[in-house]
Amino acid sequence: MARKQNNTITWDTFSEGLWRENPVFAMLLGMCPVLAVTNSAINALAMGVATTFVLLASGLLISLLRRQIPKQVRIATYIVIIATFVTIVDYSIQAISLDLYNALGAFIQLIVVNCMILGRAEAYASKNRPLKAFVNALGMGAGFTFALLCLGVVREVLGAGKLFGFDLFGPQFEPWVVMVLPAGGFIVLGAWLLLFEWFKQRKAQSESDAVVEVR
Amino acid sequence: MNYESLSFIFLNAVLANNFVLALFLGLCPFLGVSGKLNTAVPMGLATMFVMLVSSVCAYGINIVLVGLDIEFLRLIAYIVVIASAVQLVEMTLKKFSPGLFRALGIFLPLITTNCAILGLALFQTFKEYNFLQSLVYALGAGTGFILAIMLMAGLREKLELSNLPSVTQGAAVSLMLGGLLSLSFMGFAGLGGQ
Repeated sequence: MARKQNNTITWDTFSEGLWRENPVFAMLLGMCPVLAVTNSAINALAMGVATTFVLLASGLLISLLRRQIPKQVRIATYIVIIATFVTIVDYSIQAISLDLYNALGAFIQLIVVNCMILGRAEAYASKNRPLKAFVNALGMGAGFTFALLCLGVVREVLGAGKLFGFDLFGPQFEPWVVMVLPAGGFIVLGAWLLLFEWFKQRKAQSESDAVVEVR
Repeated sequence: MNYESLSFIFLNAVLANNFVLALFLGLCPFLGVSGKLNTAVPMGLATMFVMLVSSVCAYGINIVLVGLDIEFLRLIAYIVVIASAVQLVEMTLKKFSPGLFRALGIFLPLITTNCAILGLALFQTFKEYNFLQSLVYALGAGTGFILAIMLMAGLREKLELSNLPSVTQGAAVSLMLGGLLSLSFMGFAGLGGQ
């Protein structure tokens, strides 16, 4: 092969989006839907799946067309491709469930300006083979959905005493309403970030301790 | 048709349904560019300007789309218009005010992927505002954005001088601050409807 390119698909291609480069917890991309639609677990799941679909489809198409797209207009081309798939998702959700469509509101259409999708297109899909880009997009989408669920579950359990619509605590439960309101979104995400940072620091601490013991 | 009065639309967009703190739009610049007050203010002004331009453009585009019965192209048309509007603003600024152009730097092109702009264009279409109402809505949304990002930048400048535990360094504490700001803006909820 004339061009040297790493085409091997490893577990890492998939898993980096799940944890190490998780779009929400590690890179803080695509924050708007993360906070806006996670007031219940089912909304969070639907948003995650919709975003994953757009990520997969646009990643695949951009990767297939990566030699045809002129460099000067690539960003505009990516945006138009992404907007096309978002329109498909928008109309599909409207056809499948009108309740869900109303709950998610404009945020389905706003997937277009989710910087994670454009970022992946620019940084990964435009440089790698279709299959590899697809696998990576799958990992990123899964990581994004996981992050949305983390927030959605906590906010729904605390703010409404339910999980996926099922009552958990019975009628005596006094819901912590602020959690399903905008302020709760900020605070829950902040708390998750604190938790992960604490884990990271503790791990780094124990590793440096281990090094000292070996010496 | 929507019969909300202009002052109601303005106050609603600035305070009760603040784009950043109540509707979660435009969070990336809100968290990313709010480190210092003297970068936050130009960013807010540029965003407000693009909001006004794209609001006017979106209003025109929507009439054409409805007239031709091709509303399913709305999203694609809007995003292309916004990208072009940002490009236009960039070129105009470069020609007439090079100083401001340099001050804004990379923030200017990034406004394209600010969801507050596209959100504004979509909301004014959903709410069926007329031309004047759309313009006031854009003005209110822009003012609300500037207000939020300035408050945040002011808080974060104070925060730099305080002594925090090491785990809270970075985005976590900004998000907590955002939560508190959002909580205080909930006090305005009585001013407006959905």
